[in-house]
Amino acid sequence: MKKFLTLLVGLLLGLLWIFPFYLILTNSFKTPKGIFASVLGLPHPATGANYQDSFKALDFMRSLGNSLIITVVGVILIIIFSSMAAFALQRNKSKLSGGILMLFVSAMLIPFQTVMIPLTANFGRVHMLNMWGLIIMYLGFQSSLSIFLYQGTIASIPVSMDESAELEGANKFQTFFKIIFPMLTPITTTVGILNIIAIWNDYLLPSLVLPQHQYTIPLQMFFFFGQYTKQWHLALAGLALSILPVIIFYAFAQRYIIKGVTDGAVK
Amino acid sequence: MMKNRSLSFWLFVMPTLVALLLVVFIPAIMGIFYSFTNWDGLTYTTILGFKNYMAIFHDSGFLAALWFTVKFVVVTVILLNVIGLSLALLVTRKFKGNNLLRTIFFMPNLIGGLILGFIWQFIFTQVFDAIGLSGWLTNQTTGFWGLVIVTIWQMSGYIMIIYIAYLQNIPTEVIEAAEIDGASAWQRFWNITFPMIAPAFTVSMFLTLSNGFKLYDPNLSLTNGGPYKSTEMLAMNIVNTAYSENDFAKAEAKALIFFIIVGAISLVQVYYNRKREVDL
Repeated sequence: MKKFLTLLVGLLLGLLWIFPFYLILTNSFKTPKGIFASVLGLPHPATGANYQDSFKALDFMRSLGNSLIITVVGVILIIIFSSMAAFALQRNKSKLSGGILMLFVSAMLIPFQTVMIPLTANFGRVHMLNMWGLIIMYLGFQSSLSIFLYQGTIASIPVSMDESAELEGANKFQTFFKIIFPMLTPITTTVGILNIIAIWNDYLLPSLVLPQHQYTIPLQMFFFFGQYTKQWHLALAGLALSILPVIIFYAFAQRYIIKGVTDGAVK
Repeated sequence: MMKNRSLSFWLFVMPTLVALLLVVFIPAIMGIFYSFTNWDGLTYTTILGFKNYMAIFHDSGFLAALWFTVKFVVVTVILLNVIGLSLALLVTRKFKGNNLLRTIFFMPNLIGGLILGFIWQFIFTQVFDAIGLSGWLTNQTTGFWGLVIVTIWQMSGYIMIIYIAYLQNIPTEVIEAAEIDGASAWQRFWNITFPMIAPAFTVSMFLTLSNGFKLYDPNLSLTNGGPYKSTEMLAMNIVNTAYSENDFAKAEAKALIFFIIVGAISLVQVYYNRKREVDL
């Protein structure tokens, strides 16, 4: 009986949580009339035309490509440079490196709105209001948490590992990339996942930085939605399209995502 | 070991350090300076002292946004923790499908706030209309609860997995022993589970606090602050002061007050975390 109740509560809550997805998906296959006639029911008749139209209007392949380039390049740079910095700061026990680490950690306290206006003005002055400028900005904003996470793991790797590599003639770069970095894979996954989620979904910063032809999915979606807000059949197909990459990512990397997000919050 | 003066130390640290200075600290210092001037986003001509700051305290829009945000934060912190913990307790029970449920509850968290706000705009306007709950998002009260609902749908799963991480650390023998000793389910929760997940409470409370204060994306896509700016939150008020009203110096002054509020919360968090670690 108790088990049955648990199952029932779980089932109801699960359905409640999924219901918004159901509404978006079913209505995205309806004609405007169909949505008006029955918003809760299944599409009848179903049409794929909404997807064709919104795919074009969203310029979906281009915004998907922009999102992918910015996220992939940004995350790779963050992983390489943050792990390097964390290694140097952890292996150099001095006031200087303690101070630099403090600088990184204290940057996490500064909300984005405090820096956004001078930041975009400065980057505009040197003509860097584009995706490459945006990637540098992500490196600056996201390195704090990444270094913080890496640092804790590097501390648990004995210095004797570095020393034995150096005795065999490796320089600092070889020691780090051949010996230390491969040992960091679990935390690299965590850092990667957290940064992918943050960069992929970001709206405000790219909206201030990117020119129109470099719009990411959230940005394109924002302008698309403004245009089609009275045409829900197109807007919903666009929404479904923009969620699709996230769902695919979640389906493949679910275990790592949940672990990464937990580590990021708890550590 | 790496020495301060060694070239390799600086080569390792430089890329992120330069980016951090360029992106965070230099703009922050410039912003502090500009907030005391009549800066227009490009240049300034006079130093105004505290005039921008004084103006904020007579800015009814900012004060309304502050009050709206505080109410929102209080409500969401309580609801997210209650619901997040309840979901965690549910899915850590042994029954068929508990892992699938975990996946479902967490899923909205991966979708950006902007998209989530659009999804719910459809639900609150079109779907609610169809089931006889018309007029949602047309006044402050329903706009407020709309934002609360979106936030709960998005973040409960996140808070849930934080609680799960701590719940899984409780040794089952302790709970079984209490069961054998005749403790009721409520007694077991209150006297064993609850004290053992207290650290999870600290973590998720501050996460929900600072996220609530900084909320922007769903605010933009769900209500865009409307109707008549009645659902405008702090972050949106600052962005609009800058990019709609072009009052950049005042926006910067507001952003610094925002920084003090959010920074104070984070410092209290650090303090509690330290204290907790000492206690353990």
